[in-house]
Amino acid sequence: MAHAQEATTFNENESKVNWHDKALWFVRQKRDKAAFNVKGWETLRDLASAIKANVMSNLDIYLEEFEANAIKNGVTVHWAKDAEEHNKIVHGILQKTNVKKIVKSKSMLTEECHLNPYLEANGIEVIDTDLGERIVQLAEEPPSHIVLPAIHKTKEEVDELFQEHLGTKPCNGDPQYLTDEARKHLRNKFLKADAAVTGVNFAIAETGGIVVCTNEGNADMGAHLAKVHIACMGMEKLIPQEKHLGVFLRLLARSATGQPITTYSSHFNKPAPGTEMHIVIVDNGRTEQLSREDFRASLHCIRCGACMNTCPIYRRSGGHSYNATIPGPIGSILSPGKDLTKHSDLPFASTLCGSCSDVCPVKINIHEQLYKWRQIITKDVPQPIVKKSVLKVTGNVLANSKMYDFVGKSSRFMLKHTPRFLVYSKLNTWGKERELPEVKNGNFDEWYKKRKKNE
Amino acid sequence: MKVGLFIPCYINQLYPQVGIATLEVLEKLGVEVDYPMGQTCCGQPLGNSGYESDSIGACQLFVKNFKNYDYIVGPSGSCVYHVKKHFDILEQTDDVKRVRKNTYELCQFIHDVLGITDLGASFPYKVGIHKSCHGLRGLRLGSCSERMDAPYSTEENLLKKVKGLELKTLNRADECCGFGGTFSVFEEAISVKMGKDRVQDHIDSEVEVITGADHSCLMHLEGLINRNKQPLKVMHIAEILNSTL
Repeated sequence: MAHAQEATTFNENESKVNWHDKALWFVRQKRDKAAFNVKGWETLRDLASAIKANVMSNLDIYLEEFEANAIKNGVTVHWAKDAEEHNKIVHGILQKTNVKKIVKSKSMLTEECHLNPYLEANGIEVIDTDLGERIVQLAEEPPSHIVLPAIHKTKEEVDELFQEHLGTKPCNGDPQYLTDEARKHLRNKFLKADAAVTGVNFAIAETGGIVVCTNEGNADMGAHLAKVHIACMGMEKLIPQEKHLGVFLRLLARSATGQPITTYSSHFNKPAPGTEMHIVIVDNGRTEQLSREDFRASLHCIRCGACMNTCPIYRRSGGHSYNATIPGPIGSILSPGKDLTKHSDLPFASTLCGSCSDVCPVKINIHEQLYKWRQIITKDVPQPIVKKSVLKVTGNVLANSKMYDFVGKSSRFMLKHTPRFLVYSKLNTWGKERELPEVKNGNFDEWYKKRKKNE
Repeated sequence: MKVGLFIPCYINQLYPQVGIATLEVLEKLGVEVDYPMGQTCCGQPLGNSGYESDSIGACQLFVKNFKNYDYIVGPSGSCVYHVKKHFDILEQTDDVKRVRKNTYELCQFIHDVLGITDLGASFPYKVGIHKSCHGLRGLRLGSCSERMDAPYSTEENLLKKVKGLELKTLNRADECCGFGGTFSVFEEAISVKMGKDRVQDHIDSEVEVITGADHSCLMHLEGLINRNKQPLKVMHIAEILNSTL
């Protein structure tokens, strides 16, 4: 129950939890307003879900089409079966082109593959250029959110971090000053970089081109200035045709931050004269997830983060509590597919409230998949003997009305007559901060029987 | 019309008054209600904990008890949702299919099947609804704030007709309370924090009585209210609809 422990620690500072919750709820409300202004929002979600279902059912065909068109455009296409191969390919390209410094725009895939430490260990300077990512990079932390990587940090914390690493003056967390300083710092890095790594939001099979969405223009700045552009994409990022892009662009930014569209939705189709463009297509467990019928829809995800903003648990436990590259509800159905044992607590870090499924722009049935993972985990991952046996016995009791009646009566009797200090012992987790229900003199069965008799 | 009354296990044992109110409300509306003895639980606590296979006996017993009714009505959205949604672990015989199709949450049954909204109740208090997630997003008892559908609410429609009742609007209309079955124990810190926030929203909105169609959520909220000695009362919607104060 690692998530529960992390969440308990996170909750020790209640005012910070309130702040975190409010910051994300603000984004969720912005999303509601933005979605409300789109006529036919629900139809758009249906359409996006259907397009993605088509892609997942014909992934092999679309991937080959994409590759052929990208090659035609003069792009070099690489295939990586896992994280290690992905990192080696990227490093190989950098070695070949004699690159020592790279700028990287936001890409959860490279986080998933742990590209930064790999390249740094090989003597390459990697600078994350998305402001939020740069902040967590300086703090030597992973992102706590996929769209708002540093949402767990207050502006005062950023102030201190910048003083330490960028030599800024203390400014009481003045966002204007801090952003200006970050801009100066990053501009210098952009100018000196030999290669740019970006993620891919959408890859279009029909054209062989890719689309990268940012709000800061940092992907463009990097890719346009450097001689080498390496775009890393998970193999599920495909859409069949250019005409489908509009569906997703309308949904993505609204779901993510409540903006009508990302500030930059940049199309990269071919290398500029004298430069190189590479695309690395990564599997890293995706084919396996595709093969799991109950969970394949998790690959529809367009990484908007709306499920995190809406999730009442994420908002109150923070992204790091999930201990996974993709936190929150979507991460809790993706991560067990990668490592069931390591992430076996995540599908339980939910009340199954279903808000994630309703907010999801591509209609992933997240909470239903959480329920399904739970059934698998209790079978495939060793469970505490006590929990397992208690639930087995409960199952037997509930299948037998006489036993149920007996257990019900005796539990109520015990609860009513046991002294308070025993009922509220350390073993009673419920009672730590909550009262137990007051036990009445009889149950409904007894009342009903009495009524029948008196009729 | 033959209606079988489904009283979930925790309501039977801990909140008999909710079961009584449910039965009385239905009888007031002229419904012939029968309570099949020997019912236990829908199996939800096991299913949500990942032990759905251990609940097959309970699910079979549910079907056996209720297979001969035209409608099965219970005062708990989440239990009803479990029957409708998760009974696919059983072999889908005609009985199982019929039971799943005909099981209704109380408000839904009154509102959608009987077509009644005014029950002649009166309850002169300021009331806030805790819209429980399984009722809302599972059974669609109302529109959800995430979806851009036309707004509606089964519970609100019923409560609006209660004389003297002042329905309060909350800041977060449909946020989860954090109960979540065994979640309330295994993720105790978050569960408590979510519940506290939910209670605070009602206090901030000047609510006197929190109601809802799921007493499990209300049990969690009541536990916090009582521990923290907060000036709020918790009542199941059946108790309010049965009230003639």
